[in-house]
Amino acid sequence: MRVRELCQKSALFVAAAAVGLFALGLGGGAALAKTQLLVYTAIEADELAMFKREFEKDYPDVNVKWVRDSTGIVTAKLLAEKNNPKADIVWGLAATSLVMLANEGYFQGYAPKGLDKLDPAYVDSQNNPPLWVGQRAWIASVCYNTVEGKKKGLPLPTSWQDLTKAVYKGHVVMPNPNSSGTGFLDVSSWLQLWGEEKGWKFMDGLHKNIAWYTHSGSKPCKQAASGEIPIGISFAYRGAKSKNKGAPLEIVAPKEGLGWDIEAFGIVRNTKNLAAARNLADWSVTLKANKIYNKEYAVVAMPGVAKPVKNFPKDITKKMIKNDFAWAAANRMRILKKWQSRYGAKSLPKKK
Amino acid sequence: MTEGVTTLSAAAPLARPILSRDDWIMRWGMLVLGVWLSVAVVLPLYTLLSKGLEDHAGRFVGLANFAEFFATPVLFNSIYNSLTIAIISTVITITLAFVYAYALTRSCMPGKGIFKGIAMVPILAPSLLPAISLVYLFGNQGMIKGVLMGETIYGPIGIVMGEVFWTFPHALIIIITALSMADARLYEAAESLGTSKLRTFFTVTLPGARYGVISACFVVFTLVITDFGVPKVIGGQYNVLATDVYKQVIGQQNFQMGAVVGMVLLVPAVLAFIADRIIQRKQVALISARAVPYHPKPKTRFDMAMMGFCCVVGFMILGIIAVDAFASFIQLWPYNLTLTLYNYDFDLRDGGGWASYRNSIVMASYTAVIGTVIIFAGAYLVEKIRGFTVIRSLVQFMCIIPLAVPGLVLGLAYIFFFNHPDNPLEFVYGTMAILVICTVTHFYTVSHLTATTALKQMDPEFEAVSMSLKVPFYKTFWRVTVPVCVPAILDISIYLFVNAMTTVSAVVFIYSADTTLASVAVLNMDDAGEVASAAAMGMMIVCTSAGVRVLHALLTRGIARASQAWRVR
Amino acid sequence: MVTQETPAGSGNQRTRYLKIENITKKFGDFVALQDISLDIYKGEFICFLGPSGCGKTTLLRAIAGLDIQTSGRIEQGGKDISNLPAAERNFGIVFQSYALFPNLTVSKNVGYGLVNRRMGKAAIGERVAELLDLVGLSDQGSKYPAQLSGGEQQRVALARALATSPGLLLLDEPLSALDAKVRVFLRQEIKALHRRLGVTTIMVTHDQEEALTMADRIVVMNQGTIEQVGTPIEIYRNPMNRCVGDFVGIMNCLSGVVTGAASVRVGAMEFDCANGVGGLTEGQAVTVCLRPEEIAVRGVASGGANSFEARISRLEFLGSFYRATLEAERLGDMKITADFSINEVRDLTLDEGATIQIALPGEHIRIFAEA
Repeated sequence: MRVRELCQKSALFVAAAAVGLFALGLGGGAALAKTQLLVYTAIEADELAMFKREFEKDYPDVNVKWVRDSTGIVTAKLLAEKNNPKADIVWGLAATSLVMLANEGYFQGYAPKGLDKLDPAYVDSQNNPPLWVGQRAWIASVCYNTVEGKKKGLPLPTSWQDLTKAVYKGHVVMPNPNSSGTGFLDVSSWLQLWGEEKGWKFMDGLHKNIAWYTHSGSKPCKQAASGEIPIGISFAYRGAKSKNKGAPLEIVAPKEGLGWDIEAFGIVRNTKNLAAARNLADWSVTLKANKIYNKEYAVVAMPGVAKPVKNFPKDITKKMIKNDFAWAAANRMRILKKWQSRYGAKSLPKKK
Repeated sequence: MTEGVTTLSAAAPLARPILSRDDWIMRWGMLVLGVWLSVAVVLPLYTLLSKGLEDHAGRFVGLANFAEFFATPVLFNSIYNSLTIAIISTVITITLAFVYAYALTRSCMPGKGIFKGIAMVPILAPSLLPAISLVYLFGNQGMIKGVLMGETIYGPIGIVMGEVFWTFPHALIIIITALSMADARLYEAAESLGTSKLRTFFTVTLPGARYGVISACFVVFTLVITDFGVPKVIGGQYNVLATDVYKQVIGQQNFQMGAVVGMVLLVPAVLAFIADRIIQRKQVALISARAVPYHPKPKTRFDMAMMGFCCVVGFMILGIIAVDAFASFIQLWPYNLTLTLYNYDFDLRDGGGWASYRNSIVMASYTAVIGTVIIFAGAYLVEKIRGFTVIRSLVQFMCIIPLAVPGLVLGLAYIFFFNHPDNPLEFVYGTMAILVICTVTHFYTVSHLTATTALKQMDPEFEAVSMSLKVPFYKTFWRVTVPVCVPAILDISIYLFVNAMTTVSAVVFIYSADTTLASVAVLNMDDAGEVASAAAMGMMIVCTSAGVRVLHALLTRGIARASQAWRVR
Repeated sequence: MVTQETPAGSGNQRTRYLKIENITKKFGDFVALQDISLDIYKGEFICFLGPSGCGKTTLLRAIAGLDIQTSGRIEQGGKDISNLPAAERNFGIVFQSYALFPNLTVSKNVGYGLVNRRMGKAAIGERVAELLDLVGLSDQGSKYPAQLSGGEQQRVALARALATSPGLLLLDEPLSALDAKVRVFLRQEIKALHRRLGVTTIMVTHDQEEALTMADRIVVMNQGTIEQVGTPIEIYRNPMNRCVGDFVGIMNCLSGVVTGAASVRVGAMEFDCANGVGGLTEGQAVTVCLRPEEIAVRGVASGGANSFEARISRLEFLGSFYRATLEAERLGDMKITADFSINEVRDLTLDEGATIQIALPGEHIRIFAEA
């Protein structure tokens, strides 16, 4: 009897303790020896594991924890947390967003060791030490599904203006610039290429052909790859990646010029893990890091590193427009709001 | 001395009952439960409501946000879309579920057990899953897209199809219960009066199942209007309220407008909830204690027709799951149909990889264990506490609230409440704990009602007997109440586990980098265009839920066998 | 209201065990118990008798501390227990539903209260065996309640309640859920047990037969008050009022008027009542009460005291006796119920439609003022 009672008592106790400990233990977070570095990023998920592995190889006492989402979402999240930032470092996010966040006082200046080896165009020139440092550029591209294009009689588009032709109606997807950085750099580049009036007019035309706007920048190309929608406005890396996997894609670089943005990093002003954040900053400007960047991206911050990437459009770097980050950052909110009110709700698709 | 005298006395001393140790423990327990529910339900909802009345900087602006909402045609249009989808889905689901339930309860077709099992399969899957399957079936590269005759699946058609699949079992359970309560004597009376089959159906069957059907309507309507998994995947540019909340909050981090849309979403859910409560109260009087259960007689043609119907529905349900399973093994649909496990390499994709799956298992297990402990012990306290009536009613009310709160709204409320720098509980934000708290709360009411029903079936005098024998109540709780209620306890834990595995709506707002979940990964992978991987993760969820279900069935059977000596048959 | 009563087991020195003083219990606006006072003596078997809703169970639960009274005092064994929680009082209780723990064996059920008392395992086993023997279930210890009959289950409940040797045994309608035969059998069992253990016992019942056969004293309750306290014979023979008489046994109630110090008029009949009219004044409207079996038919001479002619309008055979409905011209449209023995019916060839001479014996007539 005693033993049994004891068992029952202890079982009750364990149940109660479990409830209590659970709240405290899990809530408080495990106290690990390694520094937990919380990194907000918009870099594609399939690359993140490699970056983490390589960085932690060089800095074994740092443990990188990613918070990954589309550019727009990470930006909005950072803005929402403005008064109580959670991130230690923002890393691999569009420079446009970083400039905007820097203007909000989000970052602390830091000049990583070896900064001088980078192309100065990739570094914040307004502040010294810089609030943000670029890593590499990603470039808009159009993914065209050759099989479906042929089946539906869609000619290969070679320019942005081509996409407004009636033949493409319902056969084009592009990312929503509110959530996707790729979407925004497209819109921003069109406005910079042609000026506001002509730019919006182009988008009005394009809007008529858009099947739907996606949440992420990579989805249009993936949908093009699966033939769900034959033409996706996306970015070169995603297109090349899908093509490498055997999707019947042609990666098009429209002839008017390509929008692009820099993936950059900045250390959050109130980080509790400053040393670890600086470690990552230092690592990110090394030759090794730049070589890793080049595995998937054709344009990186350190001059002379980049080698051509498989399945990228050949002349892609030449078509990059002259991008005014300051202008883009300053006008980002206005552009997005205007875009949302014009194209935000593509109401019920009309019957064909 | 006057003996045995009854006299009127002017000043009898008022009783001032001394509380026993049991009473103190129970009251403290009740207070703890009350505080828990306040933190988990009331305060977050309050924060949400107040947030809707603030501007970005946190200043009180009254109804300005609502004015903005109703002035934005895009958002306002969503109300219309949501209602349309909800009404159409409800009508279709209820019709199908009614016929299916009718076949299960009123025909003599073979294989009823199997058909019932098949119908329950959708419960094991997140609502995103049918939508993904529908894309593979009817999308622009769909296997059988010709069926739609040129219509697009991206929009209302797809949403309705997905919602019907997903809500079907919920409606079915309720209608089966309603139809099983039929009184055979009424049918005998109708037959002896020479009433035609059709007339009997409309004068006996339908009125008898009326409340069940209405209740099922409300349940389906609420599920559809608050679900965002299906419209998120297959809605295309067709906006509904649920996706609006998501877009406002996640897409634009516009919390105020999210709160406003959330509250708009709360209105139909609360209305449906209140209406359902009123109807349920009426229903109690309907069932006569002396009703004789109805046993169908074999009618070959009718039975065959019913079986045919069930086969079609069952085939569709299994088909949708099968398509999903198939899609998850395809290298690159539709160009490279080689089978591969590549899509299961979640670590290469958005959504947190295999860690998400592990997190989901951990989260579901915690939810099942902790949730069951809290909910069952809570229901016991509410049932058995003596006195303390005000607090008791308050707590009881708080136990019921979660049923009326859509998951999206709850999740949103949790952001506002827990991610506030001044909140001393802020430390749980971004942890596994908040996911468990949120999920337990989200599914609190149904579990609470299950526990209450089981407790009500027990002799109310057990506690009085224990008191007379000077045995503390918690000993009797542990030695008698818990063993007797084991079936209900298992039901609660399995319900919590499966729902924790599949839920998206509440947790999508509060997961963090460390606590990504499988169901949310499905969403995020689909968002990133990794549809096959999304399907694969969906399959992982279905298989896990199904496995746990099977385990539960075996366990229940084992317990039934072990306790058959004492369970009253 | 004051009752005279003959104490149970008269002649013995009795000690008061339970003193109930001015107990009132309200549920919201509803008064369930109205100023109840009662003394119960050590070793007594008391029945609370009354129709459902009369407050008898409420009173029992107040004594147990399960539903504590709104006002008033209760003393048990000289100790004020008015405000004590149930767990700190000294009683064992048996419910109509038995409330046996279904997942525990009979032995575990009986020993349930012992385990908590730091008794050795062997001592518990001994005590459980002793109790099971006491209720005649020695060989059923390893069974589960569901495997026993209703009567056996109730005996287990009894053994469990007695296990801790409480000073007071409370039985809440313990026999109501059983069928008639088992009920009669268990009545005797419980009574025998009570005689053997001498534990003060309070039983709540709505069954007058149960109360009459088992109780030392009966407490008749109605609408939250005590109508009468007394031995079964007292209650039956001398009901304090029409209500008690009506509830315990069957009573003929005729309306009449007081005509003298020992006479009343009913219809056209003038009856002598040997017990007087209880100080009521002449002309006072009264109810004249008489039990059916008290109506005399054998050897009643025409013109004898309180005798008159009546016609048998109905005669029902009830097994051991006949119940007759009588009509008499002199009583107007008032009907009388009379019980006749089988011998009387045979000897006097009573039959429906027959006209007979009956008498209402004056010593049995009870007079109550019309309310």
